Amino acid sequence: MRGYRWLTALVIAGVACAALVSPLVAADEVVVYSARHYGQEPAFEAFTKQTGIAVRVLTGDAGPLLERLKAEGDRSPADVLLTVDAGNLWNAARAGVLSPVTSTTLASNVPAHLRDPENKWFGLTMRARTIMYNPKKVTPAELSTYEALGDPKWKGRLCLRSSGYIYNQSLVATFIKRHGEPRTEDIVKGWVANQPTIISGDTKILEAIAAGQCDVGLTNSYYLARLLAKDPNFPVALFWANQPATGTHVNVSGAGVTTHARNRASAIRFLEYLSSVEAQQMFANTSMEFPVNPKAETHPIVRGWGAFRQDDINVASAGEFQAAATRLSDRVGYK
Amino acid sequence: MSSRPRPRGSAIGSATSRRRHAGGVTLAAGVIAAIVALPLLALLAAWRTPAVEIWTHLWRTQLPGVVGGTVALLLGVGLGSIVLGTALAWLVAAYRFPGSAIFEWALVLPLALPAYVMGFVLLGVFEFSGPLQSFVRRTAGWRLPDIRGWFGVTLTMTLVFYPYVYVLARTAFQEQAAGLLDAARSLGRSGPRAFLAIAIPLARPAIVAGGALAMMEALADLGTVSLFGHRTLTETVYRTWAGMFDRIAATQLASLLLLGAFALLTLERATRGQRGFLNRPRGERRLAPLTLRGARAVAATSACLGVLAVAFVLPVVQLLIWAWRRGLDATHAETFTRLLAGTAWLAGAAAVVITCVGVALAYARRLDRSRLTHFTTEFAAMGYAVPGAVIAVGVLGPLTYLDRTVAAMLGAIGGPVDILLTGSVVGILFAYLVRFLAVALQGVDAALVRIPRSMDEAARSLGVAGRRLLGRVHLPLLRGGIAATLLLLWVETMKELPATLLLRPIGLKTLAIEIWERTSESMWEEAALPALALVLVGLVPLLIVTRLTRGSAT
Repeated sequence: MRGYRWLTALVIAGVACAALVSPLVAADEVVVYSARHYGQEPAFEAFTKQTGIAVRVLTGDAGPLLERLKAEGDRSPADVLLTVDAGNLWNAARAGVLSPVTSTTLASNVPAHLRDPENKWFGLTMRARTIMYNPKKVTPAELSTYEALGDPKWKGRLCLRSSGYIYNQSLVATFIKRHGEPRTEDIVKGWVANQPTIISGDTKILEAIAAGQCDVGLTNSYYLARLLAKDPNFPVALFWANQPATGTHVNVSGAGVTTHARNRASAIRFLEYLSSVEAQQMFANTSMEFPVNPKAETHPIVRGWGAFRQDDINVASAGEFQAAATRLSDRVGYK
Repeated sequence: MSSRPRPRGSAIGSATSRRRHAGGVTLAAGVIAAIVALPLLALLAAWRTPAVEIWTHLWRTQLPGVVGGTVALLLGVGLGSIVLGTALAWLVAAYRFPGSAIFEWALVLPLALPAYVMGFVLLGVFEFSGPLQSFVRRTAGWRLPDIRGWFGVTLTMTLVFYPYVYVLARTAFQEQAAGLLDAARSLGRSGPRAFLAIAIPLARPAIVAGGALAMMEALADLGTVSLFGHRTLTETVYRTWAGMFDRIAATQLASLLLLGAFALLTLERATRGQRGFLNRPRGERRLAPLTLRGARAVAATSACLGVLAVAFVLPVVQLLIWAWRRGLDATHAETFTRLLAGTAWLAGAAAVVITCVGVALAYARRLDRSRLTHFTTEFAAMGYAVPGAVIAVGVLGPLTYLDRTVAAMLGAIGGPVDILLTGSVVGILFAYLVRFLAVALQGVDAALVRIPRSMDEAARSLGVAGRRLLGRVHLPLLRGGIAATLLLLWVETMKELPATLLLRPIGLKTLAIEIWERTSESMWEEAALPALALVLVGLVPLLIVTRLTRGSAT
């Protein structure tokens, strides 16, 4: 049976190739599975320079990355899972792939509402999802809260991401945590009644506002900062939503050490470094997010928007109520 | 399938050996097909615990609309690419007009553009805040309708997928229809009448096969539909997965996509009918094109130019502008070379593996025309209509299981107990195989049916059978078809994103991944250069395919 012999040879060759390709685990390194892909991360490079510990990154989408981590189980090469949106972090913790870390450094650098109550993950950068408007058509006095975007005066003037978009899901999820489902349903119903234009991309929403397709919208703060960095006269302004009362909704990108990390000590050191003032400053300057460490300074453009009150509901509730938020959006016809 | 099971034990001398051989072939084909079908079966296995509650919720809130949206997209893309592809193929095959020799190959080029790249360029140019609408608003004060939604996504996909129909239909017109069309012409029938009465019916299988490929691509697409905010089944799968953190329900939804694929493949087979009469005896000349003059020539040239302008020149120019604005620095150029190399070899390896399996299965189908072999190979090819990420997650299961088994075995003899396959190139290649087998099967099948069965019988009567029949008779005749399949697969796998993203070894990056990392953060200018490179790398094989599929005549 010559045919089977070459088949066997092929299988052996394949496994051998695989063995060669999957690199052996080096002693001093941290392997990061990351759903954060904003280009180069100077903070990672600085960490390697300081400690001699190499950082290897596998980027991907949050959902699939978690599936890979789960499937690999105790044999996973990953030491750290870094992902965007607190809902995703909560889901990873629930799936059992993250392990609690007791670190006084992390506890003092990261404010309590931006980390997991069980210490399985820690927010590393913060972003506000708030109201953006066209100053030629809207005065700040007309704006107040997320809820008020359901006012009929915004009919046909509102641009939103689809309800399937993770940051909008998290926004709605925190509404549910604060107001309960019936009240939240009324809020989202109000938005839907204004027949919002659904646009795929925060930057695209900002461009649509600038071009006059709509007058107000909801986006993450750093997208506006990046556009302003390119063009200081970009004609869109930021409004801090829900200021006197509950505060503007914030979300995080954050990380946790995996349950089966092989380089646990280095991984913890990595997270501690990322929360340090030095690394936080780099995050703030390159991706234009807010540092979570209050001692680090924000980018000048971001600082220009002034101080604001954050919603201090623990961001973990974004995960807890995510499924409910998705269903609620489906029910009221928010696309 | 059109053919009925062959009566066994014919009068020819080697009947018994052939029967034994057919049994072996069935078994081998079954085993290969089963391995490929494993991740698809995993979709069905998710039904062990039906997510009744989520299904009820989806049914009440959106499922009817989503199914409607999916069907509308499929009809739009299917019809669009069939009309566009067939019309262009007929123009190029039957007539000669200024530029027709260039259009003949140039009209394939849009296939090199990934649909999501075409999507973000079209959106950038035609949306409300884009240059075109801004210009119209400034000068004329009109607000044009938004390009988002069904229309935009259908247009995008039609423009990048019509070449599937175009390539197959053109070959059919040039080769298979030549004799009959020449006869019709000598009787005074040419132009539209000959087209409708003779060319279309003869080329129907090719046209429908191309249309089916386009529709399956549309069914599996996530990037483009979400860009345009058009909701389809695939989009709902992701929404359920990411928004409700429920992968089981998402997987159950994804199995509906298999149903769609099955319907498309059945449709394709049904229209194929008895193809025997399509076999073109080798050596017959190609269709001689008629020369168009005057207004007709102008019309033909402008039609081809118009399609090329929107489907190829516009996106490439826009990418060039973005790339120019971004500029090129040293580190950029270096990562870039690495990306190019990584992309090219990974796709090359995938093309070889998938084509080999495609040849094996298509050949098994020819040798053993039983329903069982037919069904298993057909099922294995359905991955084409399933989104890459769903397949990738489906592949993870068998892969990690195998890894654990191997690690346990190695551990028992004191070897290393690391995972080997998950996160290795083998995993990616397997996922590609599951996803793109249909392309190989279609390509090889199409070449195989053109070899008359009488030739097999003749070879057997001369004592050439089994593997030698494949090696000495079929493979030399299939060379062109196999090469075309290889190159098409190369282009396809180069554009693939979700499976590559999830299953790749740490550190391996492709152009498609680079594009995704940039565009998901709206950094269009950063994405332009890798996108251009992807298009350029895809052009080379496409141009070779075009030459190959022009047929043997010179």
